[in-house]
Amino acid sequence: MIAIDGSSTVFPITEAVAEEFQLVSSGARVTVGISGTGGGFSKFCAGETDLSNASRPIKPVEVAACQAAGIDFVELPVAYDGIAVVVHPSNDWVDALTIDDLKRMWEPAAQGTVARWEQVRTGWPETELHLFGPGADSGTFDYFTDVIVGDEGASRGDFTSSEDDNVLVQGVSTDELALGFFGYAYYEENRDRLRLVPVDDGDDTNGAGPIAASPDTVRDGTYRPLSRPVFVYVSTASLARPEVAAFVDFYLDQGADLVREVGYVPLSPNEYELIAGRVEARVTGSMFGEGQDAGVTLAELLVQPTHP
Amino acid sequence: MSVSSRGRLERAIEHLLFACASVSILVTIGILSVLVFETVQFFRTVSPIEFLFGTTWTPLFFDKQFGVLPLVAGTVLVSSVAMAVALPAGLLTAIYLSEYAPTSVRRVVKPVLEVLAGVPTVVYGYFALLFVTPLLQQLVPGLAGFNALSPGLVMGIMILPMVSSLSEDALHSVPSGLREAAYALGATRAQATVRVVVPAAFSGISAAAILAVSRAIGETMIVTIAAGQQPRLTGNPLVPIETMTAYIVQVSLGDTPAGTIEYQTIFAVGMLLFVSTFALNMVSQWLRERLREEYS
Amino acid sequence: MTLRRRFNQSVDWAFQALGLVVTVLGLVVLVTLLVDIARDGLSRVSWQFVTSFPSRRPEDAGVYAALVGSVFVIGLTALIAIPLGVGSAIYLEEYSRRSRWSRLIELNIANLAGVPSIIYGLLGLALFVRALGFGRSVLAGASTLALLVLPVVILSTREALRAVPPSLREGSYALGATRWQTIWYQVLPAALPGTVTGLILALSRAIGETAPLIAIGALTYVPFAPDGIWSPFTVLPIQIFNWVSRPQAEFLRNAAAGIIVLLGLLLAMNGAATFIRDRAQIKTDR
Repeated sequence: MIAIDGSSTVFPITEAVAEEFQLVSSGARVTVGISGTGGGFSKFCAGETDLSNASRPIKPVEVAACQAAGIDFVELPVAYDGIAVVVHPSNDWVDALTIDDLKRMWEPAAQGTVARWEQVRTGWPETELHLFGPGADSGTFDYFTDVIVGDEGASRGDFTSSEDDNVLVQGVSTDELALGFFGYAYYEENRDRLRLVPVDDGDDTNGAGPIAASPDTVRDGTYRPLSRPVFVYVSTASLARPEVAAFVDFYLDQGADLVREVGYVPLSPNEYELIAGRVEARVTGSMFGEGQDAGVTLAELLVQPTHP
Repeated sequence: MSVSSRGRLERAIEHLLFACASVSILVTIGILSVLVFETVQFFRTVSPIEFLFGTTWTPLFFDKQFGVLPLVAGTVLVSSVAMAVALPAGLLTAIYLSEYAPTSVRRVVKPVLEVLAGVPTVVYGYFALLFVTPLLQQLVPGLAGFNALSPGLVMGIMILPMVSSLSEDALHSVPSGLREAAYALGATRAQATVRVVVPAAFSGISAAAILAVSRAIGETMIVTIAAGQQPRLTGNPLVPIETMTAYIVQVSLGDTPAGTIEYQTIFAVGMLLFVSTFALNMVSQWLRERLREEYS
Repeated sequence: MTLRRRFNQSVDWAFQALGLVVTVLGLVVLVTLLVDIARDGLSRVSWQFVTSFPSRRPEDAGVYAALVGSVFVIGLTALIAIPLGVGSAIYLEEYSRRSRWSRLIELNIANLAGVPSIIYGLLGLALFVRALGFGRSVLAGASTLALLVLPVVILSTREALRAVPPSLREGSYALGATRWQTIWYQVLPAALPGTVTGLILALSRAIGETAPLIAIGALTYVPFAPDGIWSPFTVLPIQIFNWVSRPQAEFLRNAAAGIIVLLGLLLAMNGAATFIRDRAQIKTDR
């Protein structure tokens, strides 16, 4: 049996792969949980799971926990995701958001103070601001707070938080005063009940003005800073089992099509090959060290040595 | 079998059965130990004053605050809505079934109430989120998709059978002599019921109400599905809130390694929940004893 | 008729009408609920639905893993709860009725019956999943549910035992039987229908329980039927909960269809309980 847990953002990809895998390989049993990236890692580094879904790179403190438990892992980027910022379809005052707007809404200082739309940008309605976002165990949460607020994990706490992105979709799609963020695939699946908000990062070198998330803008790097790679981590101990190795091979082999089907952006065939090579060679450790920006080109990182 | 070995067998069986009966004591000890142990650990980091009286609950976030009042407020809000439905409707139903209804009506209504009580709560949650909330959104402008009103109303229907059947028992235990005396004085059925029977059964009816409150406080799935996951200290039933039970589910759906403060919070909240329902159950029990004493 | 009397009569009439209306309210809500769910999900219920595993494509998804999981977990719950519950009831009813220890146990059971189900989940998490190391398995789930239904099993078995006429016991003692012989050969068989009915009702409550199993960590994506007591598992209510949490309309249809399957299962169990009770009634009436 193959036990997988972790990010709700990556879940749709792994679920699709697991489903297709079980169709072609008899007897394989795969379970996938959604404890959040952080929750997934704590299980992974306790040896309870074979693979961990993650929407952000593994943190140094988590690497230390794995090492302490004697668990070596191989880091597998599997797709690019753009974090979609959404509002209710009947919301007619938000045409685009800047990073400053988002920061004002989500930073820790906003807790208990920024409670109405007009406090975010003057001229907006005086109605309540209902926020929906991933919880503190979520990699999406970590990444969003890192690039928007400037400090990973720094966020207000008085919003509807859930590790299950479906709950967030449900919340935003039934509430006219709502705003939320989650992995692009969840927007793609629910286009008819959500409105996507373009984000302006104020930097014209990678696309002028507000850019709406889409597979194209994620791939060509114009949807910044909310584009990032997402990962699957597998322990070398589990890789020793034939069914797990077969699963990982299948993931990298069929991944591109399934990633596209689910709504994320597949890596290039060259990148998948490099990753397959790392699996073969059992290259352990993470490409991302302390404070590293996850938004750089993977192809460059893949040929560099990993951090210890 | 010789007499002495038969005697030994009998005694052995008696001890075995005694052990079975004692398991229930072990269960209570188990619940208490688990809750107390983790709550004590929790109070090593967080002061009980902050927990019980603080007004912000953000234990999973950067700025960790451990005031449980928003969760309590959410629970109280939903339960109040539920009781506002269940208490009058349940009592009226009990009065009607007990004093007025012909057998044919009782034969239909009683099984229906049993069925209502037996529907799994996840089904009620579905009903609240996907039928009642959209319906209410058409009647109440500005009602958010997650709110306290919809699950409150549905929960009221769920506990109505409990209020009704326990109140009916209370009304039945009032001796008919009291009713007959009222009629002899020229009272109508309504007057006899409202002025004589209901007040006489008051302790039993209160016991029923308190037990229903306890049930409402402990209910989990309806609120998890339909009430939201935003701890908020408010009395407004139209916005997303979070109850104590929904918080425990939210954390359980994620993962929390044992020993972390997040893990301990679910036990601290669980402890508060246990103590509240236990106290309510005890009061209800005491009231029911009093009713029995009055009329036996 | 005086004016006052006429006023009182009309108040009485109005009160009666109000009572009828409110009483019918429960019926109306139940019918609305059932009609709504049938309308949402009946068309989705099919052989394919019942025999398929969960899937990311709602039209391919089905309740098979959850259904087998539910049956498996309830079966194991019964195996644990029945000996414990019936044994306790026999002890409390037949062996010691007045001692202080029994009184304490009775009070304790009445309290346990009122503890919220999620608290049992927390107990299961700390005791079965972590301390005893069962992990997130069928065994942990069944043990937790067994503790949850134990008070109900004890209470209903006691009622069944109490309904057995004392003359049966006295006759047996008069013939020289020991207490256990009396219980085993006379009292239990006579109380069997009532006991079985109570058991089925307790288990039908357990099959609808969601919260305690979420607390011990039953997963939502389990695309296989459990193959042993140590296996991970999912159950019908949790599968329904998972589908309800997804906003796409097709998954909500699946949730409604899952609810229909669950209610069907409950109907079957309650029907069996009523059948047994009625047949026993006929036997004793004869």
